[in-house]
Amino acid sequence: MLHPYPHEPRGEAPLVEFRQVTCGYSGTPVLLDVSASIWEGEFVGLLGPSGAGKTTFLRAILGAVEFYRGQVLVEGRPHDRGRPLAGYVPQVETVDWNFPVTVEQVVLMGFASRGWRPWPTREERQRASAVMERLGIAHLANRHIRALSGGQQQRAFLARALVSSPRLLLLDEPTAGVDIKTRDDILHLLHELNHDGTTIVLTTHEINAVAAHLPRVICLNGRVVADGPPAQVFTPEVMSQTYGAPMTVVHHEGLVLVAERPHRYYEEHLARSRPRQEGGGA
Amino acid sequence: MLEPFAYDFFVRGFIVAGLVGALCGLMGVYVVLRRMSYIGHGLSHAMLGGAVVSYVMSFNFYLGAGLWGFLSALLINATVQRRRMLGADAVIGVVTTASFAVGVALISRYRTFTRNFEAALLGEVLGIQPQDLLAVAAMTGLALLFVLLCYRRLLFMTFDPEVAAYYGVRVHWLDALFALALAGTIVVSMQVIGVTMLVAALVIPAATARLLTDSFHRLVLLSVAIGALAGMGGMYISYYLDISSGANVVLVTTAAFALAYAWSALRHRLAAIQGLRALD
Repeated sequence: MLHPYPHEPRGEAPLVEFRQVTCGYSGTPVLLDVSASIWEGEFVGLLGPSGAGKTTFLRAILGAVEFYRGQVLVEGRPHDRGRPLAGYVPQVETVDWNFPVTVEQVVLMGFASRGWRPWPTREERQRASAVMERLGIAHLANRHIRALSGGQQQRAFLARALVSSPRLLLLDEPTAGVDIKTRDDILHLLHELNHDGTTIVLTTHEINAVAAHLPRVICLNGRVVADGPPAQVFTPEVMSQTYGAPMTVVHHEGLVLVAERPHRYYEEHLARSRPRQEGGGA
Repeated sequence: MLEPFAYDFFVRGFIVAGLVGALCGLMGVYVVLRRMSYIGHGLSHAMLGGAVVSYVMSFNFYLGAGLWGFLSALLINATVQRRRMLGADAVIGVVTTASFAVGVALISRYRTFTRNFEAALLGEVLGIQPQDLLAVAAMTGLALLFVLLCYRRLLFMTFDPEVAAYYGVRVHWLDALFALALAGTIVVSMQVIGVTMLVAALVIPAATARLLTDSFHRLVLLSVAIGALAGMGGMYISYYLDISSGANVVLVTTAAFALAYAWSALRHRLAAIQGLRALD
C-alpha cells in the first residue's frame, strides 16, 4: 500500500472547494449538488462508473464546464476569475498519435502560453530536461510520441503538466490501458510527487489496483456517494450505490478488496444449472 | 533557359507563384493537421461570392472577399458550436455553397464580370498587376508574423485544442485569428491558383512534407519549401508547355507528393526488412 494513512490537511483554506456545484454540458447536468474540499498535499482518487462525472469533476476545477448552480473555488477564487495553475494530464486515448511531434516538443507545450517568441528559452529547455530526467524519459526526447510504450507516453504527458511546477495535478485515468508493472511505476511516481508537495486528483476505473492504494477516495455517481479513506468508503452499500450493482468487499491483510458479484445472467444461469447438475449426479 | 525572365509579366508571375506557394504551404500545415481541408475548399468557393459582391459594389476586392471569407469561417464555427448535431461538414456545405451561389447569381445578373469570374475560378497568374504582387507579399509577411508570434500556441492548439485551453492558450481568439489569416491567404491566392485548385495548393505541400518527417518544425519548413518550389517550378514549366499556370503548379505539387509517397513506402519496406534481419 502506497499510503497507509491519509495526509493531514495543510493550509487554512482548501486548495479546491466545490460548493453545492451542479454543472454539465449543453444544458445537461452531469454533476449534481456536489460539495467537496481538497486540501493542499492531498492525493485523491475519483471513482465511479462511466458517465458518473469523474472527468467533469476535473473539468469543473479547470473551469471548463457549464455551471448551473454553486461554484468551484480554487485557491479561494471562483473558477471564472482566471484559470488555476493546474497541470492536466488527459486520457491517452484522446491523443492523436500520428501528430508529428517529438517527446521534447510535447513537454515544451507546457510553456506554450508564456511569451511570444517561437522557440523556448534556455531556462525552459533546462526545466524540460530536468523534468524528463526525473521521469526517466530524457533519452527519448527526440523520439516521435508514437514510438513510445504506454508508460513512456503517460510520462511524456505528465512531464508536460509538471514543467510549470503546478501545485495541483489533475490526471484523467493515468493508468488506463497499461500493464501491471507500468501501472505500479506510474503510481509510485505520483506518490513521490505527492510527497514532494504536489496535490493530486486522479480518476480511475481500477478499484483494487489504484483506488484502494490512495489515501482518499471520492465515489461519484452524478452525486458524491461517499468520500474518505478506502477502508471507510469501500463498503458493500457504498459500492453498490456507486455502481448500481451488488459488490462484495473483502478485508485481507490490511487491504480492502472489492469483488464484483457474478453478473445477473450468470447468477440465473448458475441457479438454473445447479439442480440439473445435482439431479444428474444422483 | 532564362528566356521567360525577359518578360516583366513572367517575372511578376514567377515571384507571386513562389510567394503564394510558400504562403499556402505555411497555412496548409495547420489546415492539414487540424483536418480542415474541407473548410479550405469551402472557403475558397465562399469567397467567390465575396469577390463578386465587392466587384458589384465597387468595393476593394481584397478587403471585400477577405472579410466575406472571414465572416463565413466565423459563421461556420459559431453554427458548429451551437448545433453540434449538424456536424462541421454539413455546416461548411451549407454556408460556403450558399455563398458561392450568391456569387453565381450576381454574375448571371451582371454579365460584365464573366472574364474576372473565369480568372478567379481557374487562376490567371500572368495577368497579375504590381498591386497584386504587393498584396501577396504583404499577406505572406502578415501570415509569417502571425505564425512566428503564435508558433507555440498554434502548435499546442493544433495538437489538442481542449487541453491547450486548460494550459492558458486562448483558443477562441487564436482560432479567430487563424480564420482571418486563412481568409487572407485564400483571397490573395485566388487569382494565382484559382478557386477550383486552391485547396490543392493548401493541402498537398503539407501532406507531402508529412510523408517525409515526424518533426513539426521540419514539417513547417519542408511544407513552405515544397509550396514555394512547386509554385515557381510550375510557373516555369507552364511557360514552355503553354498550359494553365494554376493547373501546372498543382500538377508539380502532386508529382512531389507522389515522389514523397514512393520514398516513404520504400523507407517502410527497408525498415521492415532490417527488422526481420535483426530477428534472424
